[in-house]
Amino acid sequence: MKVYITGAATTKFGELWATSPRRLAGEAVGGALKDAGIGIRRVDALFVGNMLSGMLGGQEHLGAFFAEELGITAPAFKIEGACASGGLALHNAVNSVLSGQYDTVVVLGVEKMTDHKPEDVAIALMGAGSEEERVSGVTFPGLYAILARAHMREYGTTREQLAAVAVKNHYHASLNPNAQFHTTVTIEQVVRSSRIADPLRLLDCSPISDGAAALVITSKKLGVQILASSVATDTLGLAQRKSLTELKATQEAVKKAYTLAGVKPKDIDVAEVHDCFTIAEILAMEDLGFFAKGKAAGAIAAGETKLGASGHLVVNPSGGLKGCGHPVGATGVKQIVELVDQLRGRAGARQIKGAKIGLAHNVGGSGATAVVHILKK
Amino acid sequence: MVGIVSYGTYIPVYRIKLADVASAWEKDPQEVVHSLGIEEKAVPGTDEDAVTIALEAAFNSLTAFRGKPTDIDALFVGSESHPYAVNPTSTIVGELLGVGHNYLAADMEFACKAGSAGMQAIAGLISAGQVHHGMAIGADTARSKPHDELEYTSAAAGAAYLMGAKQLIAKLLAYTSYSSDTPDFWRRDGIRYPSHAGRFTGEPGYFAHVVGAGTRLLTTSHMKPEDFDYCVFHMPNGKFPRDVARRLGFSKEQLSTSLTVDHIGNPYSASSMLGLAAVLDIAKPGEKIFMASYGSGAGSDAFAWETTSLLPRVQKIRERCQELVTQEILKKQYVNYVEYLKKTHKI
Repeated sequence: MKVYITGAATTKFGELWATSPRRLAGEAVGGALKDAGIGIRRVDALFVGNMLSGMLGGQEHLGAFFAEELGITAPAFKIEGACASGGLALHNAVNSVLSGQYDTVVVLGVEKMTDHKPEDVAIALMGAGSEEERVSGVTFPGLYAILARAHMREYGTTREQLAAVAVKNHYHASLNPNAQFHTTVTIEQVVRSSRIADPLRLLDCSPISDGAAALVITSKKLGVQILASSVATDTLGLAQRKSLTELKATQEAVKKAYTLAGVKPKDIDVAEVHDCFTIAEILAMEDLGFFAKGKAAGAIAAGETKLGASGHLVVNPSGGLKGCGHPVGATGVKQIVELVDQLRGRAGARQIKGAKIGLAHNVGGSGATAVVHILKK
Repeated sequence: MVGIVSYGTYIPVYRIKLADVASAWEKDPQEVVHSLGIEEKAVPGTDEDAVTIALEAAFNSLTAFRGKPTDIDALFVGSESHPYAVNPTSTIVGELLGVGHNYLAADMEFACKAGSAGMQAIAGLISAGQVHHGMAIGADTARSKPHDELEYTSAAAGAAYLMGAKQLIAKLLAYTSYSSDTPDFWRRDGIRYPSHAGRFTGEPGYFAHVVGAGTRLLTTSHMKPEDFDYCVFHMPNGKFPRDVARRLGFSKEQLSTSLTVDHIGNPYSASSMLGLAAVLDIAKPGEKIFMASYGSGAGSDAFAWETTSLLPRVQKIRERCQELVTQEILKKQYVNYVEYLKKTHKI
């Protein structure tokens, strides 16, 4: 694919009560344009990844909303795919460049969640689930708890192995100045944190966050190349699926991505995967082909995917959704920003030496949408 | 010089353990107690409301007062659970207290700082020479929706401060306030229970305003945290006052006496005023007390007090009448969750 990323930037993620969505967008896009060394007038189109602006903020029509903020009249689109909105926005931006319709476009992922009551946010997030799940009163921690229980039963995954994902990602986040959390946690702290949906505890869950991230995408052979951009979907609800120990959408999306990119799992140096809950990273590691089914949890707990470990692959150096924060529409774009920083060798204290190929995995709902991107230095 | 002439407190006798509330909702009791830092809270009796609690505290404040109720020229009652939307609590209290009719009565509303706002207003009226004595009361039967996290801390109590310019037990050295439009907690007219914005009540709410008022008081009074013997803060839970004290530079020792929240929870408007009373109950003459309230919406009133040689007399009377805050805390009778629901008129 002859599509390249020439600019990438993210705001700080966290409880940014004093910062409006407009300011978040301006900061992220401004940073990406500066990184690309171009002005806003060079942008042919704007793709906005966002999930909750309508339900929480009462503001739809986000394409025009942010185009106005950026002072442009270029075509602008809102792309929505629950927590995969950011990845989907990039996918659409890539396709628009590949088609020849546009030459240089900006992808903006943005979400403002913490200004709203937690119960309102929980209700809004359930917009990503099936109607049956909503009617039954289940929320996403409950859905992922079902997946965790199934994995524990089938593969003997332990409570401590789940916790090891949070421990690793909090450590990575402690090295990321833009992360929501800079505190490291222990297995014991995770296991003893407040119970949310058994077996998931508070520290198994990604937080509610504000933040934005932006990319400049172009057909010009500059910067980091996008080798593959692929999407797959599955049923909205868990009840309709054949298996609760794998996410089929992830498997299908990554299969297409590996084919498009001409690479294999062993070629990946760095991966940003969708760890909305600790079990989600374990599922991702297996569904993306990095480990056989039932083997990822033990490997993560053994530190094989941690920064500085002897293993080849480092996972979620940004801190992931768990440590860096999860402003849902921004997450998929932030994952790409992290990969760009890693591949360009500018990730500071969390730099993975010699990283050449990176993979980003962004999930919507409990696996109804999966987006995979593979980038090359 | 304006200051406190006398004070009175009232804590209902009923208590419920947080563990019992947690169990009713199938929460881990240990987890709830640990996260809030509170073991139990005060519950009003079936026939108690903000009026009766304000009146009890006001009566107790008169026990050590050398004057007559008719010496009171102004009476302000701060509460977020005034029984009437229209019909003042202050006139009911004034009538039953025997204040007469030649006085200024007003109800104050500013979430958990309605009572301390009354203290500042009365201090201003006395300083201006408009009144000789004024009483500021903070009283609440704090409302919370069943299963809301507020249910674990919302409590009932009252504190009344009779203020004047002579015969002071504590001088008001300085006071200041800090306010902004920060909608972290609210209850619309006609709605039974308050709403809140979760974690938004913390940093942009409580901490920004208490630190704002506290810092301003220290600056304008040219005093440092170490100049004070005690500090008192609004206590929505067990963690916030400890955290804000540390941020402002106060020690655990300066704070510990005031932490009534550990024993009775958060009686909203009465919280910081009750904490001040707990300190006045044991302070020695010539000691300085830092105080900062907090009301959602939002604002904080900060005060610097210095006790006088007249304080021990009031302390002795309060002790003899079994009215010290520590004595009132120990007078308790536990109720279970169903009884709690009945006493707070939820069933």
